[in-house]
Amino acid sequence: MASYRTPLGRARGMGAAKQGVGHFIGQRVSAAALIFLVLWGVFSALTLARGDYDAAVAWLRHPLNATLLALTIGVGSYHMQLGMRVIVEDYIAKPLNKTLLLILNVFVAWGAGALALVSLLKVAVGGGAY
Amino acid sequence: MAEAAPGVRERPLSPYMIWRWHVTMAASILHRATGSALYGGMLILAGWAVALASGKGAYDTYMGLLGSIPGKVVLFGLTVCIFFHLANGVRHLTWDMGKGFEPRTANLTAVVAYAFAVVAAVAVWALAAATGAL
Repeated sequence: MASYRTPLGRARGMGAAKQGVGHFIGQRVSAAALIFLVLWGVFSALTLARGDYDAAVAWLRHPLNATLLALTIGVGSYHMQLGMRVIVEDYIAKPLNKTLLLILNVFVAWGAGALALVSLLKVAVGGGAY
Repeated sequence: MAEAAPGVRERPLSPYMIWRWHVTMAASILHRATGSALYGGMLILAGWAVALASGKGAYDTYMGLLGSIPGKVVLFGLTVCIFFHLANGVRHLTWDMGKGFEPRTANLTAVVAYAFAVVAAVAVWALAAATGAL
């Protein structure tokens, strides 16, 4: 059967969704990273729960811990923003509500991620709130 | 026109008409439910980072909150969510490679994901208790 798509439409490779496979691939790659980051995170939570404030500051001043925690927060926020987007798109039918929730989702995910990142950098680089 | 002519076999029902609870569909919806719960978990983690950056007083208050009975209930629930979402996420990644779609395999891996979530969460909390983290 002949294709009725224009050459430009075929070159862009986008259908009714108006987007490509970026969401799909981003979700999967971040998922693969989170397998390792989350296992490390659970292990780290046990360490942190044993110690007090000074121990937590000392823990976060170690570059490896700061880097892995920053990645966990950054990749986790990205992954959860993508996942919540799909949930909203699937269950919220009204266009206005859907759009508002999708924007709120981006604000919350990026806001929480940025807040956590700046906070941990303040401790990791500055040595806590002394 | 809507009536099937005599002799024509019955039309298949829409999946929407025949859905029922099954281990695989429960795993599917639980993947979304646990993912949403972990969304809240990220907010708790962000709160922890803010408390740590705010000083010893704020940190001790926040850790006291997490260490209270309701705090521990929430954290244990999130631990189960983490391990279920992790195990079921690996199921999704294998499906993306085109493997594991046979009904028997899909049922088995769903049950394994449930079991892993509970066993791993209990193991982590037992380890926490044994090492004095609780």
